[in-house]
Amino acid sequence: MVKFTHLIPVFPFIAFLINIFFGRKIKKVSALVSILFSTVSFLVSIFTFIGFLNGEGSYVVYRFLSFNNTALDFGVTVDALSCMMLLVVTCVGTLIQVYSIGYMEKDPRFSRFFAYLSLFMTSMLSLIIADNLLMFYMGWEGVGLCSYLLISFWFEKMSAARAGMKAFITTRIGDTGFFIGILLLYFITGSVYFKDLSALDTQNNLFYIAALLIFCGAIGKSAQFPLHTWLPDAMEGPTPVSALIHAATMVAAGVYLVARTYSLFMLNEASLAVVGVIGAITALMAASIATVTNDIKRVLAYSTISQLGLMMLGLGVGGYSAGTFHLMTHAFFKALLFLCAGSVIHGVQTQDLLKMGGLFKKMKATSITFVIAALAIAGVPPFSGFWSKDEILAEALNNGHPVLFSAALLTSLLTSFYMFRLIFLALFGRPRSELHAHESPKVMTIPLGILAFFSIFIGLLGSPFTHHAFQNFIAMPGLHHQEEIAVNYLAMGLSILVAFLGIALSYLFYIRNNKILAESVRAKFKPLYNLISNKYYFDEIYDFLFVKPALRLARISSGFDSGVVDRAVNLAASQTIVLSKIQAWFDRYIVDGLVNLVGIVFQVSSGALRRMQTGLIQNYLLVAFFGIILVIIFKLIGGN
Amino acid sequence: MIPQSHFLILSAIIFCIGLFGALTRRNAIGILMSIELMINAANINLVTFNKFLGSPDGLGQVFALFEIALAAAACVVGLTLVISIYRNAKTIFIDKINLMKW
Repeated sequence: MVKFTHLIPVFPFIAFLINIFFGRKIKKVSALVSILFSTVSFLVSIFTFIGFLNGEGSYVVYRFLSFNNTALDFGVTVDALSCMMLLVVTCVGTLIQVYSIGYMEKDPRFSRFFAYLSLFMTSMLSLIIADNLLMFYMGWEGVGLCSYLLISFWFEKMSAARAGMKAFITTRIGDTGFFIGILLLYFITGSVYFKDLSALDTQNNLFYIAALLIFCGAIGKSAQFPLHTWLPDAMEGPTPVSALIHAATMVAAGVYLVARTYSLFMLNEASLAVVGVIGAITALMAASIATVTNDIKRVLAYSTISQLGLMMLGLGVGGYSAGTFHLMTHAFFKALLFLCAGSVIHGVQTQDLLKMGGLFKKMKATSITFVIAALAIAGVPPFSGFWSKDEILAEALNNGHPVLFSAALLTSLLTSFYMFRLIFLALFGRPRSELHAHESPKVMTIPLGILAFFSIFIGLLGSPFTHHAFQNFIAMPGLHHQEEIAVNYLAMGLSILVAFLGIALSYLFYIRNNKILAESVRAKFKPLYNLISNKYYFDEIYDFLFVKPALRLARISSGFDSGVVDRAVNLAASQTIVLSKIQAWFDRYIVDGLVNLVGIVFQVSSGALRRMQTGLIQNYLLVAFFGIILVIIFKLIGGN
Repeated sequence: MIPQSHFLILSAIIFCIGLFGALTRRNAIGILMSIELMINAANINLVTFNKFLGSPDGLGQVFALFEIALAAAACVVGLTLVISIYRNAKTIFIDKINLMKW
């Protein structure tokens, strides 16, 4: 059954072709096309999963390049990690496409949107099943392209167009590092296959550099510090896009990359430490920004960055299964959060939290699923986020990283605080402005319900109740532990404590003492508040360090061009003028006399010929074409 | 095994489409695209002959890769020309641009 795995990305591609070429004819049907093919992918993913459980494995599909004695074969990886990702991506992707029918209903480029979504699914799925870094990189760039197209989907808005470019350029920086990393790895080992990575065991320092370069790609794609600035701006895109690409799947590709090349990172403690520290910085920084942001989607964007940081932290402390587990649960509850936010935006036509309030009564279904998702991300047991986050915390503690553990714990506290700040501001309290909210159509709320179901229960797969079924399933062959993971009650207790503490704090701030307490705290920590609410001035710093100097360099170059180069040319020109004055006399009376004579002869003779010069390029082209035909005929007749 | 003639016929068809486009499109961008089609037809020929004449070192493939790069560069020059024509003439319909006429 595994033998059909390589077709999984092909199905959405067919949908893409249909929608891009016939989208204008079939209009709304394009949604059905996309959903149908993506459902087929989902079914094939299930078959792949069953096949994998029956012991079938990776296989080679196609010889891509062969030169002399080297060859590059494209194949399919079928292992626990790719099965998990396939199921998550096709399941979440299909649900989000169903949701998009409702969300994009009135958009004039409806079918184009679904074409892009299908193209995205193609790239993402081929990235997942890739068995070598080159094919992985192709999918990687493909999702980057789709991210660009979909962020700037409403390109009439200047901000959306700019956000698309920013996302593309920022991730490019990481991708360049990633590509150099691939080349370096090929240079050392002569292979780009993932399966050869696990066989490395030399203490070569170049492997360390290669690991860091590959991590560069992950930093860019997963919006980690210091390349995180594109993700909040990416919220200019339609909300289903934010849910699919910038929450559940594409940004998780960075984490997937690190997990895929994990044996490379394990060669050197230092490279794992870099992953962990970058993750911790990102998690804390983004979580703190999320606590002061007022745009509902941007809160979720920072939350995504922070959670991705947490996954990186999990991987960095050696928790391979913890990181991937959180990746899976996060895909469900974050997609749900975004879709709920989208439903709210769809209902009230604003993204400003301060203008919402009291929506619970008007949007029952959305609100209930929203609260479920918030409970899941805040880490309240028994929702899914609790189990995976707890797993990361426990790994950090068990493997002896107290600093990273406290960073993760603090992040959890901030997470439950900002998430319930959002819930309280948007759904509860009194309405803060005149909003005619209405519940979204069924086609939007049903996917919400399904995702909510997963957000509640998917975590149980990795809980002590099922004897850590997920962790034992995903565990890398040859990786240290895991007969039976000991439950770390300290980590679990602390994690429950901070989850409720965060909820209680935001209740105190935003429901009980509406405004007053929040204002006083804000006044007390004014410098800190300014720092955080300006997003740590990252955009300004990058503007100052990179954008401004680039512009300045351009201006200097242009100054050099007009000041030095042009002046030199002018000097030469003025000397030429003097010389030419002398020549002019000679020219005018002697040469011109002769030339005019010739000219008159030609003018008379060319009167007829000049009609040929019609000025239409295609006429010339046609003549040239017939000329060549004539030459060929001539050759054929008189040849040999 | 697909016979060689199929590839050559495909290539000829693409070439003719490109030629027809280059001769009939009014839009300069369309002409550029048609030229790309013709180049690609040539590429198919290169790769086909590489395959069927059995060049062992993939010379034809490499040549096709080079030509793809050259075509990209040529296309950049073409687009630049189109842009500067557009700036001057406010149109990219080439039958409107007959400054060079007698």
